[in-house]
Amino acid sequence: MTSLHLDWGILFEESPTGDGPYWQLLLTGLKWTLATAMSGWLIAVAVGAVVGVIRTVPSRWLSLLGDAYVEVFRNIPFLVQLFFWFFVLPELLPEAAGSWMKQSMPRPEFFTAAVGLGLFTAARVAEQVKSGIQSLPRGQRNAGLAMGLTLTQTYRYVILPMAFRIVIPPLTSEFMNTFKNSAVALAIGLTELTFQMKQMVEYSNQVIITILATTVLYMVLAMAVNRLMAWIEHKSRVPGLIAGGGK
Amino acid sequence: MRKMLTIAAALATAFTATAHAEETLTGTLKKIKDSGTVVVGVRDASQPFSYLVGNKYVGYSVDLCNQLTDQLQKTLKLKSLDVVYQPVTSSTRIPLMQNGTIDLECGSTTNSMERQKAVAFGVNMFWVDVRMAVKKNSGITSLTDLNGKAVVTTTGTTSDRYIKQNEKGKSLDVKNLYGKDHDESFLMMETGRASAFVMDDVLLYGKIAASKSPADFAVVGETLSSEPYGIMLRKDDAQFKKFVDDSLIKIYKSDEINKIYAKWFTTPIPPKGINMNMPMSNKLKDAFAHPTDKGV
Repeated sequence: MTSLHLDWGILFEESPTGDGPYWQLLLTGLKWTLATAMSGWLIAVAVGAVVGVIRTVPSRWLSLLGDAYVEVFRNIPFLVQLFFWFFVLPELLPEAAGSWMKQSMPRPEFFTAAVGLGLFTAARVAEQVKSGIQSLPRGQRNAGLAMGLTLTQTYRYVILPMAFRIVIPPLTSEFMNTFKNSAVALAIGLTELTFQMKQMVEYSNQVIITILATTVLYMVLAMAVNRLMAWIEHKSRVPGLIAGGGK
Repeated sequence: MRKMLTIAAALATAFTATAHAEETLTGTLKKIKDSGTVVVGVRDASQPFSYLVGNKYVGYSVDLCNQLTDQLQKTLKLKSLDVVYQPVTSSTRIPLMQNGTIDLECGSTTNSMERQKAVAFGVNMFWVDVRMAVKKNSGITSLTDLNGKAVVTTTGTTSDRYIKQNEKGKSLDVKNLYGKDHDESFLMMETGRASAFVMDDVLLYGKIAASKSPADFAVVGETLSSEPYGIMLRKDDAQFKKFVDDSLIKIYKSDEINKIYAKWFTTPIPPKGINMNMPMSNKLKDAFAHPTDKGV
C-alpha cells in the first residue's frame, strides 16, 4: 500500500484560494465556529431557561406551549431546521422582508446558523432545566408559597438558584454539543472549521494532516468549554445548598 | 497425429500465455480480477455526466465507464463482473479513490495538475468553460455587472478560485457564497440569495434544463477558464491506466463517441426530456482526435 505521506509543512504553505497560508484558513474557520457556537449558546440558554421554567409552572397553557416548543425543535433534525430558516422562511415572508433576509441582511449564513443553533439547543437546555426543577423536593415550592412568597418570588429565590446549580453538569455537554453541531452550518455555506477543513482537503490533498489539525482544534475547544463550566460550577457552589455541598 | 500435436502445442502456448498474463496482473486490475467486482464512483446530481434517475445512475461519463467495464470483463476473461456504483461528492471523491473504496470515478472531475499529485486521470473525456448562470431578468451579462453583488459557487470545486482571482484582477467587490452541492448553489441563485452561480457551463446548462422554468435563466459572461474533465483513477497504477487509456482511445477513434455525445448533449435526456442543445465544441473534437491526459 502507499505509505503515509505526512508533511506538516503544508500548514504554512500558501493556499490557492488567496486567503493566506493554510493555517490561516483553519484559523478563520475556528473564529466562525467560536462565534456561531457562542452566540448560539447564549440564545439557547436564554430561550431554554424560559421554556424550561414555563413547563413547570401551574398553568396548563404555558406548559403546553413549552412542551410544544421542545417537541418541535427536538424532533426535527438540525440540518432540516437550518434549511428551513435559510431557504424556506424567506419565501414564506412578505416579499420585502424575504428579499431583505436574502440580500441585505449582513452575514446571512452566520445569523441563520447562530439563531438556528440557538433555537435547536434551547429545546435541549429547556429539557435539562425542567428536570433540574423537578428534581427538587416538592416541599421546597410549597414551603416558599406557604411563607407568603408569590410564585415568581418562589422561583426567583427558592427554586431556580438550586435548579440552575443542579443542571450545570448536564449543560456542560450541551455547551460542548453547540460547538460540534455548528459544523452542520457548512451546509448553508458558513465558512466554519469543518467547511475550511473540506476546502483545505480539496486544495492541498493532505487529507490526514488536515483532519488531524481540525480534530486537535475541536478537542481544544471542547476541553476549554469543559474547564470553563467546571470553573463556573466551582464558583457558584454554595455550601449546604443542594448539589453545593462538600467537595 | 501431427495436427493433434500442433493443437496440443498451441493449447500449451495458450495456457502458458494466460498463466503468464495472470501472474503479471497488478494493482487495480488484479483487485478486480480477484474479487470479480469493480467499484465505480458516480455523482448524484452532475447532469448530464453522472446523475440519478429513479434508482439508476446514468449520463455521459457513466456511459463511457459502462463501456470500460464491459471491456474490463472481456480483457480479464471474467464470467461475470459486478459493477457497484458508489455515490461520491466533490469532497469525497479523492479520499475515496486514495483509500481504495472506488476504482474508477465517472463524474465531472476537472483534470488538474494539482489533483494529479494525488490521483491519475484517463485521457481527457470533455472540455468545459467556467461561466456563470444568472436570471435573465437580472440584466447581468458580464463579470463587471457583478460589482457589489453576491456570487455563489459549490464548495470543494475548482471554480471559486476563479472568482477570487478575477475579483482581484478586476477590482470587483463581490461577496462569495457557497452551496454544498450544485443543486443548493443553483437554489441560492434561483431564490435570489446570489445574483450569479459560477460553475462549469455544462453543469449550468444541466441545472437550468432541470429547473422549474428553464426559460428564466441564461448562461452568460466571459469564460473564466477552460478545463478538461477526466475519468479518475488511482495514482501509480500504470497497468490499469494503460487499460483505461487504450479503451477510451478506441472509443474516441470510432463512431461510438459521437453516439454517446449526441445521446446526452443534443437529444432530450431523462428525467424531464429536456434537450441541452450543445453541439460538440472544436476543443472537444480536438481532444478526441489527439487524446491526452494533460491537466490544467
